Amino acid sequence: MRTRLQNWTLLLSSAALLMFPLASSAQLTTSDIQTRIGAESHVGNVTGHAKDAAPDYRRYCVGCHGDLGDGNGENAVWMQPPMYQQPRDFQLGVFKCRSTPTGTLPTDQDLYDAITRGFDRTNMPQWNTLSKQERADLVAWVKHFSPRWATEKPGTPITIPPEPEVTPERIKAGRDVFAKVQCWKCHGVQGMANGPSASTLTDDLGRPIAPFNFTDGSRPKCGDTDQDIYRIFMTGLDGTPMPSFADNIKPDEAWDLVFYLRTFMAQKSKEKEMAKQLALKPVDPNAPAGQQ
Amino acid sequence: MRVSSSSLLRVFRFATSFAAVALVFTSVVLTCSQPANALPAFARKYGLRCSACHESWPMLNYFGQKFKDNGYQLMNDRDAPIWQNPGYWPVVFRITPIWHRVSVGKVQVDTYTAGAPDGGQAITRVSSSGFDLSGLDFHTGGTLEKNISFYLLPSSDPTGAFHFEQVFVRFDNIGHSPWLNFKLGRFELDNLLSEKRILTLTGNGGIYQTYHFIPQGDGNIFGQIGDNQLGIEYLGHSADDRTRISASLVSSSDGNVNLSTTANAYTAFIAGSQAFDLGRAGVQRVGFYLMAGDASTYYLTEGGAPIAGSGIANKSFSREGFVGQFYFGPHIGLTVVTQHGSDNVWFGQGYGNAEATDGNGGTTCAGPALSPGCPPNNFPGTALPTGAQAPSWNGVTFEGHYIYSPQLIFISRYEVEKMSQQANGAACTACFSASSGAFTAAGASPSNFGNISTYTIGFRYNPFMTSRAGLAWHNEYNWLHQDGTGPANLTTLAPTNLNTSELLMGLDFDF
Repeated sequence: MRTRLQNWTLLLSSAALLMFPLASSAQLTTSDIQTRIGAESHVGNVTGHAKDAAPDYRRYCVGCHGDLGDGNGENAVWMQPPMYQQPRDFQLGVFKCRSTPTGTLPTDQDLYDAITRGFDRTNMPQWNTLSKQERADLVAWVKHFSPRWATEKPGTPITIPPEPEVTPERIKAGRDVFAKVQCWKCHGVQGMANGPSASTLTDDLGRPIAPFNFTDGSRPKCGDTDQDIYRIFMTGLDGTPMPSFADNIKPDEAWDLVFYLRTFMAQKSKEKEMAKQLALKPVDPNAPAGQQ
Repeated sequence: MRVSSSSLLRVFRFATSFAAVALVFTSVVLTCSQPANALPAFARKYGLRCSACHESWPMLNYFGQKFKDNGYQLMNDRDAPIWQNPGYWPVVFRITPIWHRVSVGKVQVDTYTAGAPDGGQAITRVSSSGFDLSGLDFHTGGTLEKNISFYLLPSSDPTGAFHFEQVFVRFDNIGHSPWLNFKLGRFELDNLLSEKRILTLTGNGGIYQTYHFIPQGDGNIFGQIGDNQLGIEYLGHSADDRTRISASLVSSSDGNVNLSTTANAYTAFIAGSQAFDLGRAGVQRVGFYLMAGDASTYYLTEGGAPIAGSGIANKSFSREGFVGQFYFGPHIGLTVVTQHGSDNVWFGQGYGNAEATDGNGGTTCAGPALSPGCPPNNFPGTALPTGAQAPSWNGVTFEGHYIYSPQLIFISRYEVEKMSQQANGAACTACFSASSGAFTAAGASPSNFGNISTYTIGFRYNPFMTSRAGLAWHNEYNWLHQDGTGPANLTTLAPTNLNTSELLMGLDFDF
């Protein structure tokens, strides 16, 4: 006959066994992650190996991204929005800066570029002092945190058509696109990140997030060439409220939008000069469609 | 005597327990995965572990070098102080309580008979050991505004007497170009192997002999690359810091303030380096440096005493060499610095340091020039002794590191400095004697006179590291040998060689 103690022990053990799968699905453990230590990356002619990245990850990255890559490093608690963004949770396998369509995994080159370029206005610096091999190893290390890479392939990078010549007409057309897809709702009519929705934005984890301010001299996080900006609104920034507009605007319109956004930026540009000559006014949120 | 089986069992159990404890302790020491840290002021500001910038604090890695070259900025548009919490104060304290044992191989001492000095002398080894303290450093540095940064380091000796070790303001990325950066103040020259970030602490091992070597009796104290200097520096670097060039113009005062020594004399220092990505081996860097300047050998006097800042009769000196920073995978690094140095013939005869400064603005020679114990002064009409020649020498430093982890680093260093031409040639009849401080030397100095060879080994272990404070358990041993600088043999009067050694253990901490 079982004693009361034995009954309780059995009950608690059963509960623990039932809870275990739930707990492990909520938070990956070191042993889960360790099974993917053979992850590789391929960047140009360099092959990165996750197993070789551990010393560099520990030296450079773990303070923010944490031992388990969940973004809970010792300093994460001090990085609070809106001043700073929390470190990326690699376990989710969701990344902002990609050349691939929204919802898909980034390519190894995308992750490599992110490590090399860093993220402006965050605590993620440029790691271009590391060797190519070290960076490729770190890409493999980042991948080994998420089970997504075990079951999914990265998306196919979008095609960016050749950049057309900028003209005043294209800048005006870009303003129409800006109005049509309602960029102003978050970024504001003058790109100052003060649109009516700006203060309400949160990322996929429910943390406050600010839209990009085009006017304060900052560089866009995913690169500051025209191609980079084109790519941002055709792929979206996964995990943030910035969607992909690939289904809403045509490539030509996307280029027009790039040119128009350049008119907001603090840096000198042809677009800025043309906008000045055109005496281009900001979009009117209350204007009927097509009548900006 | 027979040992019972139960006794053997107890011994076996004790041995296995001891081995287990030792294994666990060793494992904890070697595999502890605590975070790593360094100058907490910057770590606090950016939330990066100190290991991000330091191979082992305070030695910089390439990322830390780039951060420094950018004017203590990550270049993330959040560098300016306006982005910091108002309570943030960029100050760090560093001090090191130590135990050390210093042993000097040959010291001339009085002898005693029946409890009283007997007028005789002997040469013996003198060893001293005890608990001690380093000086205190107040590091404070950071940005005043985007691309304008500063560093201020008031530093004390162990008694609490303060001086300004480093003070400068930097203007960086002028015209948005990393190739245009300037710095004004008192700073360390742009040495790839930084003496101010040296990983060792003993008296002879805590400096780079290659950076400080001067021939015996030489009066040129102004060409010491390892010391902070007063001046202005231009620095340019590529965006990824792979290519670096710098040029400094400094007063030939060895960093002394108040124009107290050799005013009206300047020294130029130029350095350049290029890094190469060699795949799995890591990023390798090779470079060069050149220091060329002049310094006065004569001071106007009043009543025989030198007048501060009145140095004239400048003579030249130069130091040049190559630097290499090599990595053999993620754990092993080797830095090599070579040097060829030469001083003007006047310096070789003891001229130059007429005020006998102590390196911190004070003087050790209170009497008028040419009084006993004071260096010579190049008065108008002074002639060089017959047989005097310009001294020159060659040196090399090898410093190897085994970086087990950001928390544990093993250090080894070997340096050798060899004279290639002594100041006193064969024709000398009344040349300057380093030992007597007077013009009494005849004939050539031995070719190896003053040569130095020294090695240092040690390790630094950081039991914990955070971005808020740091603690290193430091252990080090240094041995130094110098030819011909020991006390003269009491019987033959021949010069002897001198060996010194130091064992040091301490806790190096900052917060």
